[in-house]
Amino acid sequence: MKEEIIIAGFGGQGVLSMGKILAYSGVMQDMEVSWMPSYGPEMRGGTANVTVILSDDRISSPILHEYDTAIILNQQSLNKFEKEIKPGGILLYDGNGIQNHPTRKDIRIYRIDAAAEAAKMQSAKTFNMIVLGAYLKVQPIVKMENVLKGLKSSLPERHHHLIPLNEKAINRGEEIVYEVK
Amino acid sequence: MDIKDIIKDENVIYKKSAVLTDNEMHYCPGCTHGVVHKLIAEVIEELGIQDTTIGIAPVGCAVFAYDYLEIDWQEAAHGRAPALATAVKRLMPEKMVFSYQGDGDLAAIGTAETIHACNRGENIVMVFINNGIYGMTGGQMAPTTLQGMKASTCPFGREPQQDGFPLKITEILATLPGTSFVTRQSCHTAASVRKTKKALIKAFKNQQAGKGTSLVEVVATCSSGWKQSPTKSNDWMVENMFPFYPLGDLKDE
Amino acid sequence: MKELKLMKGNEAIAHAAIRCGVDGYFGYPITPQSEIMETLMEEQPWLDTGMVVLQAESETASINMVYGGAGCGKKVMTSSSSPGVSLMQEGLSYMAGAELPCVVVNVVRGGPGLGTIQPAQSDYFQSVKGGGHGDYKLITLAPASVQEMADFVDLAFELSFKYRNPAMILSDGVIGQMMEKVELQPFKPRMTEEEIVAKYGDWATTGRTSNRKRNVITSVSLDSEYMEEHNHKLQAKYKACEEDEVRYEEIMCEDADYILVAYGSSARICQKAVEIAREQGIKAGLLRPITLFPFPTKQLQKLAQSAKAMLSVEMSAGQMVEDVKLSVNGAIPVEHYGRIGGIIPSPGEVVDALKSNFIQG
Repeated sequence: MKEEIIIAGFGGQGVLSMGKILAYSGVMQDMEVSWMPSYGPEMRGGTANVTVILSDDRISSPILHEYDTAIILNQQSLNKFEKEIKPGGILLYDGNGIQNHPTRKDIRIYRIDAAAEAAKMQSAKTFNMIVLGAYLKVQPIVKMENVLKGLKSSLPERHHHLIPLNEKAINRGEEIVYEVK
Repeated sequence: MDIKDIIKDENVIYKKSAVLTDNEMHYCPGCTHGVVHKLIAEVIEELGIQDTTIGIAPVGCAVFAYDYLEIDWQEAAHGRAPALATAVKRLMPEKMVFSYQGDGDLAAIGTAETIHACNRGENIVMVFINNGIYGMTGGQMAPTTLQGMKASTCPFGREPQQDGFPLKITEILATLPGTSFVTRQSCHTAASVRKTKKALIKAFKNQQAGKGTSLVEVVATCSSGWKQSPTKSNDWMVENMFPFYPLGDLKDE
Repeated sequence: MKELKLMKGNEAIAHAAIRCGVDGYFGYPITPQSEIMETLMEEQPWLDTGMVVLQAESETASINMVYGGAGCGKKVMTSSSSPGVSLMQEGLSYMAGAELPCVVVNVVRGGPGLGTIQPAQSDYFQSVKGGGHGDYKLITLAPASVQEMADFVDLAFELSFKYRNPAMILSDGVIGQMMEKVELQPFKPRMTEEEIVAKYGDWATTGRTSNRKRNVITSVSLDSEYMEEHNHKLQAKYKACEEDEVRYEEIMCEDADYILVAYGSSARICQKAVEIAREQGIKAGLLRPITLFPFPTKQLQKLAQSAKAMLSVEMSAGQMVEDVKLSVNGAIPVEHYGRIGGIIPSPGEVVDALKSNFIQG
């Protein structure tokens, strides 16, 4: 089992931390993992992306040119990464702010309106957890119990009181994700 | 009376410090380095810190200072002595650490290391020999070369528009909260030598007391670089250097 | 007790340093390696192991603090990225000359000049050929995983003390910034003052006690006869290093027609490229130098007897390829493929380069 994922969006959307939770979840499930961020002064507002690989075997390259799954959170990232999804792969995207929707026919496309849902939940910070929930629904590569363990490991102790809210957001994401045909 | 009757311990009124090695010094006649070396050796001996003192030698005329004092030494790259001293002291806080630098080393190429070691208040002694010229490389202009003073790279005299102004780095260092004792001394008379020794003792005692950085500047001569006899050099220093670099304590906390 | 953690390569360096009994770290912030000092400051090792961590005023000061600490027989290190490591070259030359051990981590970014903060491997020459003035070498280790970032701290210290010469961990932005699982080694205590005196008392400046002459750490002598002898001594150390310390990893080289030669993050990319090439029926293999100095010359010579060609893959304009060519000495064709300026080649690109150089042409 191997899953090669790119998560891409704006800095500040929680792209890197979503990837981190996913990577931690893999560790909890005894998988090999790698988490390779774009880095630099693009902490807020600029583009940010992270390549996460979860695998049963030793991971060779942490840098990829094609992905099993792309989780896309803004238009620039959609433009860049839609074409880099392997045939038969998954594209999961948030529709917020997207003008030119994905067009490929050889991949499975899912949409999650996480920005809108986070606004409804009155907690912008749950945005990336809603997206994570949606991803786990369409690609249940790690068990939910390991995701919760991963969440706990990746969050500093002082933020542990937020875990129930994050869990709720993950569940909400699972509920509202839908396939675009 | 036979000479053997004279050479007896009870008749000794002066002898070379045991901390000084028997190596013949390479310094020019009239050079102040030898005197300051001797004073540091005496201070180390008197304070009983020979086996715990580590000296940091500079690049410049005193590059081979380690040949003359029987203590452990490290020879630093040009200007970096305060960085070495910082690490030595921080890694071995129970040792006594001093750096020994000339004006080019401390106030030109090593200005950043000097200021930041003082600003961190590193608990070390910094000895600064200021003769306003680069002796080792053959008499070039130093950051402390006086206005109008001739050197091989300002052959017509230091001219501020071309060469900048002489740098009173000791005054700058005295303003930093990390320094506890900043003084300017000289070694041109027996009395001034005694005062310099007192300053050195205070500096080392400050380190023992954990008081932060102590800086002892010694305004010095360079007969070869100044192209004057040793006695004339002393007179020239009194007339020209002292008015711009006045002697005395700048700070004693 | 061993612990399994998920962390960045840079963080792994910091944790490994504390655990292997490092006495001091002196550094100056620069992207993409600032997490090393940040992690150390966060961990506050001075409270537990007594390790000193100090933010210096510059890389120049950092390396000279390292010189001072190393001169006392202490395990001291610094880390930086390319522009900062350039500033350290003076100090490294002095340390090689004065025969001082230390570890320097270079998390390489693209140059020249201020360049980019993105990953590169364009400091290969600077690391393995000396970098500063004079005839000297740096023992250079090239980690290709977060685990190796952690493991090589201890190894680099071991080698640097064995040969009394600075050792470089030549990493890059990929390995520094990526997170992987890492198993941290158990805590090793720092050496006591008595242990240092017993082990390094013949050179370290720990204070001249009455039972010995003074120790002097220096790289200067005006006596050319002595200096030539001293240089011969250094060269003999480098030769011994070349005999005894070569480390490399081979992946599918046994039956390979085409050998990719790559280190660090490029080796990871090439490992995937080997997988892709094999799927396409191309018998590719990977020789990954772990030590860049000493370089696995003999192993490359051996592989050149069975392989048809070699491709040196680096995030540089072609640096290590020169050493590959010198090793192979014309026996088989050797080409270079690389991306520069902070661009990371993809595994697919490497396979394409392999084909265009040796197969389709």
